[in-house]
Amino acid sequence: MKTLYAILVLCGAVALLPAFVSSGVVLNLVIMTLYATLLGQAWNILAGFGGQYSFGHAAFFGTGAYASAALQVHFGVNAWLCLPFAIVCGAAVGALVGALSFRYGLRGSYFALVTLAFAEVFRILANSVKFTGGGVGLLVPLKSSALDFQFQGKAGFLYVILALTLAGFLLSWWLKHSRYGAWLTAVRDNEDSAAALGVDVFRVKLQAIVISAGLTAAGGAFYVQYFQYIDPHIAYGPAVSVEALLGPIVGGLGTVFGPLLGAAALKLLGELTRNLMGDAPGVSLMIYGAVLIAMVTFLPRGIGGLFQRLAAKAP
Amino acid sequence: MLELSILFPSILNGLTTGAVYALIALGLTLIYGVLHIINFAHGALLMIALYGVFFLNAKLGLDPYAALPVMVPGMFALGYALQRFVIGRASHGKDENILLATLGLTLVLENFALYAWRSDTRTIETPYTFSTVDVAGAMISTPKVVAFFGALAATAILLAFIARSDLGRAIRAVARERQGAKLVGIDVEHVFAMSFGIGLACLGAAACFLLPAYYVNPQVGNGFVLIAFTIVVLGGMGSFAGALLGGFIIGVVESVGGLWLGESLGQIGIFVIFIAILLFRPQGIFGART
Amino acid sequence: MLQARHVSISFGGLKAVDDASLAVPAGSITSLIGPNGAGKSTLFGILSGFLEPDAGSVSFLGQDVTGLAPHRICRLGMTRTFQLAQPFAGQTVRENIAVGSHLHRPQRKVALVHAESVALRVGLAGQLDKPARDLTIAARKRLELARALATEPKLLLLDEVLAGLNPQEVSEMSPVIRAIRDDGGVTVLMIEHVMQAVMNLSEHTWVLNNGQLIAEGKPADVTRDPRVIEAYLGRGAAERLRTSGNEAHA
Repeated sequence: MKTLYAILVLCGAVALLPAFVSSGVVLNLVIMTLYATLLGQAWNILAGFGGQYSFGHAAFFGTGAYASAALQVHFGVNAWLCLPFAIVCGAAVGALVGALSFRYGLRGSYFALVTLAFAEVFRILANSVKFTGGGVGLLVPLKSSALDFQFQGKAGFLYVILALTLAGFLLSWWLKHSRYGAWLTAVRDNEDSAAALGVDVFRVKLQAIVISAGLTAAGGAFYVQYFQYIDPHIAYGPAVSVEALLGPIVGGLGTVFGPLLGAAALKLLGELTRNLMGDAPGVSLMIYGAVLIAMVTFLPRGIGGLFQRLAAKAP
Repeated sequence: MLELSILFPSILNGLTTGAVYALIALGLTLIYGVLHIINFAHGALLMIALYGVFFLNAKLGLDPYAALPVMVPGMFALGYALQRFVIGRASHGKDENILLATLGLTLVLENFALYAWRSDTRTIETPYTFSTVDVAGAMISTPKVVAFFGALAATAILLAFIARSDLGRAIRAVARERQGAKLVGIDVEHVFAMSFGIGLACLGAAACFLLPAYYVNPQVGNGFVLIAFTIVVLGGMGSFAGALLGGFIIGVVESVGGLWLGESLGQIGIFVIFIAILLFRPQGIFGART
Repeated sequence: MLQARHVSISFGGLKAVDDASLAVPAGSITSLIGPNGAGKSTLFGILSGFLEPDAGSVSFLGQDVTGLAPHRICRLGMTRTFQLAQPFAGQTVRENIAVGSHLHRPQRKVALVHAESVALRVGLAGQLDKPARDLTIAARKRLELARALATEPKLLLLDEVLAGLNPQEVSEMSPVIRAIRDDGGVTVLMIEHVMQAVMNLSEHTWVLNNGQLIAEGKPADVTRDPRVIEAYLGRGAAERLRTSGNEAHA
């Protein structure tokens, strides 16, 4: 219950932000942090709760992005309607990847590699096919109305990404308090024991990847509306896959607030780096990489885990 | 399109690329076989090696082949240090940790290269860059021919070393039975670091053979990672013969595939093979079914 | 309740289970014994769906379950434990057991409450909020048992649930197992090495050696069977024991 209140209070506070802050820079920072949080929440469902580490979440992101962009560019469909379509497309790709991988028992590193391969296949296809605009990508036509999922100021986008991350929070909370969530974490912790206790391991994993993929695809559709452009490298390249996993690992796998904590911490670190070292290319990612190594070595439970340990030690 | 006059050189080119791929994959499969870790950073480390060869040439005028005595020990030292002080510390015995740690290493290396050397693609020019060799009627560029024989020679040396030397024996022992090796007094940590070092030394050699016929930029590693993994999985994780055979197969598939579908689409064949192997025959050609 | 007919399985040329047929009557406590490497856990794997036999069939409650997936077999009413206790390490005892409870209880709160009552039955009530990885071996065994019990099985397959326990812990666990059958009406098939438990708890014993079932019957009779003695102690052991016994009396 406490967690639920915290979620609602947090989201409520962010929702009020545009009333007090008009700086585009600040709002953009919050939006991008929430966007990173969303990607992290989606990855967290499959990896943090489900124990299946995907290195190719871009496959779902890019599919959602292209699904939305292509519908708008080629068929003039309203952008809002594209969102559920994008989610379904992403979920379908998730189902494909999951059905193949889990049916054939791929786990651990092999699963990570296969997801990477799928993302690459999609990238190459998107680069070569006219429907996706080939290497040039797709430019979403400029509209100026909220009815077309484009907004004059940032506030509109903030509300949309906030709504999506709220959904992510609620999903994560639900995983902590439901039978499905118990099954999922059981599969994560010990597949054989879970099976012996009546858990349909394949089905549980498949459902997790479908949910994760759908949510990621929503992030992709949002990206397209916010930046109005998508190309194969952005959609299916390694950057998105990395962004999806950094937050949860830093913030705490398998927790409700981990992805947010991690995304916020990394964004902060990124801003700090930019202030200290200017806009030199690659610096923040280099630091993120070092943070990743450090996290894995010293803080496997992430920042969230650190808080938990400190709280447990407190008299 | 399937005319022999076009297909034959394509296959030969594929074989020359394949030899270098085999050398790269050999390092990867050695690392997996001994440490049981999937070295995600293999591509990024190759990229670093390529930059090493490039700068030795650009700043010191060192011919890439003459750079071998510098690159091989240099990469070996880098590998030893990385395993001993970074990767070894991060593992905590968990599969996923190594995955993430080597991913983190990739991020650090790629973006360091981006920061230090910008994203421009670099190539080197040597007196023989544009010369070709006549191989049974097909004109193959000289650097590629040298790469073919060089990579094979390096592979032979490596395999002989593993088979004959004391360290090689220790390596094979640790690969087969870690606990047992410990019990007979083998310093397993040391063997791990040596193996990782040798794996990277292979990259150093491969880079010397590769650069004259190729190029380098901070992102090249990405392309090589999946190809290297495809070869290792195709040949069988931990199998040297597999890495060799797999390297040639993939080299030819890439070359002929590029002929058919164009360069970028041609790469799809490789990844489709990769996915198929993982799904249907994960032990590869020579691997044992665990 | 459970019947295996001519079940065989080989691994790379080695026949781990060879033409084994056994039956477990409903409401009984039956034991499966045999020297190490006899194939007992492998047989359990076949019975519970983790392994598919090369030949033979398994039927449970009159239904053919050969090769059925483990979770399906569990849902039919047969639950197994593992020889090497495999708890959900990061989760608490309560959460561990709840996974089993969820088989028949979709609601989280209900499952958690049920988990508590199961923990009480096996003596883990005081450790409900402890992470499973912090438990002692004995406690882990109890947790393994509790999780399986939580699924409310009709048949419980216990794989060396007493292994690694000291004599006192064994004497504490044995009544718990007996109560599972006496109070809960659950049929039990247990692999056991601890002879004391085999003799005291089970009414019927099957003996497996080198993948083959070599004897069955009342525990007291079976342990005197020369073939069984030889399986454990080697060829000629039965004879040696007999003659040395005679000499001792002479």
